[in-house]
Amino acid sequence: MAFEYAPAPESRSVVDIAPSYGLFVDGEFRPAEDGKVFKTVSPSSEEVLSEVAQAGQSDVDAAVRAARKAFEKWSALPGAERAKYLFRIARIIQERSRELAVLESLDNGKPIRESRDADLPLVAAHFFYYAGWADKLGHAGFGSDPKPLGVAGQVIPWNFPLLMLAWKIAPALACGNTVVLKPAETTPLSALFFADICRQAGLPKGVVNILTGDGSTGAALVAHPDVNKVAFTGSTEVGKAIARTVAGTEKKLTLELGGKAANIVFEDAPIDQAVEGIVNGIFFNQGHVCCAGSRLLVQESVQDELLEALKRRMSTLRVGDPLDKNTDIGAINSAEQLARIKSLADSGEAEGAERWAPRCELPSTGYWFAPTLFTGVTQAHRIAREEIFGPVLSVLTFRTPAEAVEKANNTPYGLSAGIWTEKGSRILWMADKLRAGVVWANTFNKFDPTSPFGGYKESGFGREGGRHGLEAYLNV
Amino acid sequence: MQTPGHLTPAYSPQAAERLASMADVTASDAALRRFLHGLPGVDAVGLEGRAATLGTRSIKTTAKAYAIDLAISMIDLTTLEGADTPGKVRALCAKGVNPDPTDRTAPKVAAICVYPDMVKTAKEALDGSGIHVASVATAFPAGRAALPVKLADTADAVAAGADEIDMVIDRGAFLSGRYLQVFEEIKAVKAACARPDGTAAHLKVIFENGELATYDNIRRVSWLSMLAGADFIKTSTGKVAVNATPPNTLLMLEAVRDFRDATGVQVGVKPAGGIRTTKDAIKYLVMVNETLGAEWLTPEWFRFGASSLLNDLLMQRQKLSTGRYSGPDYVTVD
Repeated sequence: MAFEYAPAPESRSVVDIAPSYGLFVDGEFRPAEDGKVFKTVSPSSEEVLSEVAQAGQSDVDAAVRAARKAFEKWSALPGAERAKYLFRIARIIQERSRELAVLESLDNGKPIRESRDADLPLVAAHFFYYAGWADKLGHAGFGSDPKPLGVAGQVIPWNFPLLMLAWKIAPALACGNTVVLKPAETTPLSALFFADICRQAGLPKGVVNILTGDGSTGAALVAHPDVNKVAFTGSTEVGKAIARTVAGTEKKLTLELGGKAANIVFEDAPIDQAVEGIVNGIFFNQGHVCCAGSRLLVQESVQDELLEALKRRMSTLRVGDPLDKNTDIGAINSAEQLARIKSLADSGEAEGAERWAPRCELPSTGYWFAPTLFTGVTQAHRIAREEIFGPVLSVLTFRTPAEAVEKANNTPYGLSAGIWTEKGSRILWMADKLRAGVVWANTFNKFDPTSPFGGYKESGFGREGGRHGLEAYLNV
Repeated sequence: MQTPGHLTPAYSPQAAERLASMADVTASDAALRRFLHGLPGVDAVGLEGRAATLGTRSIKTTAKAYAIDLAISMIDLTTLEGADTPGKVRALCAKGVNPDPTDRTAPKVAAICVYPDMVKTAKEALDGSGIHVASVATAFPAGRAALPVKLADTADAVAAGADEIDMVIDRGAFLSGRYLQVFEEIKAVKAACARPDGTAAHLKVIFENGELATYDNIRRVSWLSMLAGADFIKTSTGKVAVNATPPNTLLMLEAVRDFRDATGVQVGVKPAGGIRTTKDAIKYLVMVNETLGAEWLTPEWFRFGASSLLNDLLMQRQKLSTGRYSGPDYVTVD
């Protein structure tokens, strides 16, 4: 008899989702001016979770107006006073973390183990961290009394809805800005719950405004003439469009875009931990991670051994119900994303790479993609060049450290990279040469609010997190 | 329990033949050192992270019932005190045979683990029960005695009827880099486990992970012991501050997996010391399940060295069958 894990579902009853939500403008929920709404579904079951308002131009105007009005008082508050609100928000997030984790897993499809153990702790940590900076801005290296920018228009993606919100809102508020934030079309709910947390924390009206909607809402927000700062996390394609919109204005811009990170495994790597790091690098959050280690560069001398170990490990991944506490890989966020992953994976096969996936039964409803590995991939293959944003790993090989650097850097992106070796000097040598914003050594996908994060080249510019993250929200 | 045909259990006569293919790495102290130092390193953060993640598995209802009974059947119920008496050992044996007097469906434990001078008492008390007698030996727990004394200690326990010998390695020799000495000592103890009828007591090799201190050392000593013929590798004596931990046990599970891949010889693993609750025990079973799979999930290949763990498993078992928590007065104190 085998040791089969019985279902261990987290209770859905800890979260109370309303049948419909309005926009959060000037401290109040209100419907869109033109009354338009759209549905948000759970990607694991295709069940409609709620109906949310689709913000139009006049709603964007109202939200920016509210933020502008609130800016005067908010920016004039002593830093220690702003910090109190941020600490309060952080504590409420901790107190409501179970509810928010379930909500995030329902709306996004990510496994509860990750929303509970990664997303929510990081969200709270980010608010705690920037709360600490609010009264110390004069010591951050940007002058003795750096000023905020004004109204920040922020557009965030669907892969880490609440965490990306935290990355955007926490430093903005700490520095004295007010914000209008647009969550992704497919994952609006946690931002709306965050709006409720702002009310619970007694945050002054208009300091945080949440506008739900599709790409047109985001486009209207970033183009709004009274927005002083635009921050965007998402695809390189949309990032470029935003850069064009903002060009020639006085708006300050930070972009955190796509990636095609190399996870580089040397022959002297700690193999078992490298396998874990590869799995965590590409299958964390179904591979919906801009800094995912989607290209495995393995030294030819250990290729067979490593791939065998990796396949064995992939065979133990548990794909299924995101709310089951034993699930490792949840649902793909949307039908559209699933189609994109499928088409890129098919191109890998068509271009001659060898496809492998462990045997796993996928649920019949919802959007699912089995963890997949491609071997025999070359730099010329689409799956080695384009961001798949799904649980698909392309394996390439190298012979020497110099070749590893060359191949790792041979991409239009430059967000992250991983190095696996027991040789400390090689880690330093590699890190110096890799053109990537984050370089992990003997680990991958580790995040911390104190550590700046951002890209080179088509992965964007500007840094989020750490002291560096303040610069994007200060007039320096 | 059947072992798949392509695998050779470490205690079968064919194992020695299989290990002969590795003879070159143990041919000299230098060769053994090169081999052990050439094993992949262990990243401590990564290893501990993996063990912690496996510790978040949620084992409920039917899976929990299965795991509890499996864990009970894997226990080496242990008493290793200076104050041990025949009466105490007999009481422990009775408990091992019938862990829950109110529920005869509770499985019996795998073995009773005692000092060598108690083997005879335990053997008599367990007669016909199918429960093994395991004896610590080789100047347990410190292992600080001359080799002839250790061998005599072992032979005495085997002669008294021990089915299994839990030896300690010479940590001093290992830490000062005398790997071949440790290797030869394990081989000699293995030879001392032989009985006149040609059979042999199974040999568990205790590392005392807490004294070896680094994960790299634990991986090296795992390979060294398996090359020397260990049937089981065991984390610790239970007599020092750090005993079995999820990371050091996970590392040993990876070692037996890799050893089987390299040689075809299957070796068992026994974490000992510090595992006191059902929750802990289930974490270990999850690690075995997801690192080695069902082939190791039997008392033949995985054991818990424990004493107080049994009562917690029994209380959780009663809770599952009755729906109520009982309490320490509803399990026996032995």
